Amino acid sequence: MGRACKAYIAGAFEHPTRHAVDQSVAQLHAEVARGALADAGLSKDDVDGYFCAGDAPGLGGLSMVEYMGLDVRYVDSTDTGGSAYVVHLGHAAEAIAAGKCSVALITLAGRPRAAAKATLPDYDNDTPDTAFETPFNQMIVNNYAMAAMRHRHEFATTAEQLAWIKVAASHHAQHNEHAMLRKVVTVEDVVNSPMISDPLHRLDCCVVSDGGGAIVMVSPEIAKSLGDRCVKVMGQGEAVKTTNRGQVDLTFTAGVKSGAIAFEEAGLTPADIDMVTIYDSFTITVLITLEDLGFCEKGQGGRFVSDGNLISGVGKLPFNTDGGGLCNNHPSNRGSMTKIIEAVRQLRGEAHPRVQVPDCTFALAHGSGGLISTRLCSATAILGRNDA
Amino acid sequence: MSASYPDYPIPAPALDAQPFWDGTALGKLLLKRCTDCGETHYYPRAICPYCFSSATEWYEATGRGTIYSFSVMRRAPVPYVIAYVRLEEGVTMMTNIIDCDFDTLAIDDAVKVVFHPIKGGFSLPLFTPA
Repeated sequence: MGRACKAYIAGAFEHPTRHAVDQSVAQLHAEVARGALADAGLSKDDVDGYFCAGDAPGLGGLSMVEYMGLDVRYVDSTDTGGSAYVVHLGHAAEAIAAGKCSVALITLAGRPRAAAKATLPDYDNDTPDTAFETPFNQMIVNNYAMAAMRHRHEFATTAEQLAWIKVAASHHAQHNEHAMLRKVVTVEDVVNSPMISDPLHRLDCCVVSDGGGAIVMVSPEIAKSLGDRCVKVMGQGEAVKTTNRGQVDLTFTAGVKSGAIAFEEAGLTPADIDMVTIYDSFTITVLITLEDLGFCEKGQGGRFVSDGNLISGVGKLPFNTDGGGLCNNHPSNRGSMTKIIEAVRQLRGEAHPRVQVPDCTFALAHGSGGLISTRLCSATAILGRNDA
Repeated sequence: MSASYPDYPIPAPALDAQPFWDGTALGKLLLKRCTDCGETHYYPRAICPYCFSSATEWYEATGRGTIYSFSVMRRAPVPYVIAYVRLEEGVTMMTNIIDCDFDTLAIDDAVKVVFHPIKGGFSLPLFTPA
């Protein structure tokens, strides 16, 4: 019923662990694959396409296809950092539409918390850009802080406005038994938490957690046989923004492009979207992304997120109803897989009853990969309920 | 005032960017400009990222600019300022702001380059209020 689409999400699974002291990375990938296939009602032998990114061990797709004993005819290990899984979602939809595969498995897993490593990757001297960044002690947090500082300068965005994003996430996380941080916090709690890198406080930053997640995507024919828990892929877009040859502008991301492409493909507008899941590495990431996707005017993000507007049941645009990366989970320092999974829960009506969006028909999942002030890949997926 | 400095990681430059670091070791801030299209780009590359010409040449910048954005990294053994500085030549580069009161820095402040020697024979192009 409803609109036609290229592919469906038939299975989704988020690993319950947040601290994987005894599991290998490959094992975590296989555990989330098993969970997503069981959720879909499919078996390992049904999988004929496999997608993973740089968090997979060894030679990515090859190592994991072997570990899991898969037999695939399509493999894609595109790595765009934390947005890779929303990129894979689009690539898998295209591959399914082209007949290159019919059951696509996408996995993410990692254990940065157990390994005590949540830092930038090590690059060698054939990486052209990093020699002009790492010597100045660029960290992840101060890269994002520069975007927040510029946003404050141009648009008078306040620390209190940014704090509302964390407040909303915490309101949702209190209902998630797996969330790392379940305590509801206030704007005062956020702005009074220790300053890490101006203007970002500790509570403006996401958690470091272990675990992972997976989704299984299928062709419309297979989706029909699996029933109404399958979620439609309505549209997807991806784009890359860089330091632009030295013409740096920190006020927007490639979400301007990826969002427009996804909305165009879906034939929808921001007004049609019932809830969003947005990669929330830091509060500023969400604020700029909401502007870029067209949920408010550029520069109005601070006003838009204030006063609980992102809290389910309170505001106009419920976001990250699982608690997001700010409170729930941020496996492998890559946040977009969990965004897809929570959007799927909402569209199935299977989110926690206290955060479930009534009559949720269309949801948007957005990932950002790389670093906001240097080079970032944005990817946007618009998903629809089975009958949308 | 900040009298102490953090430990600076040593740059690992690609081959086509080595002259930049040879320049900083001699107290010169070198940029790359395309002699075909005239555009200056940053970071410096062998191939012009505007027109794809290989006719790129090094030239010395004035070393003056303004702060485009910055952040004081407080959670570090020695707090420091990371910044983007927009040079007079029109390109913006990542750097640190040193030898100043971190709490009074502001976007659009005028700054000038200083060369800060580190390990390995490298010298970093850092900036200080002009």
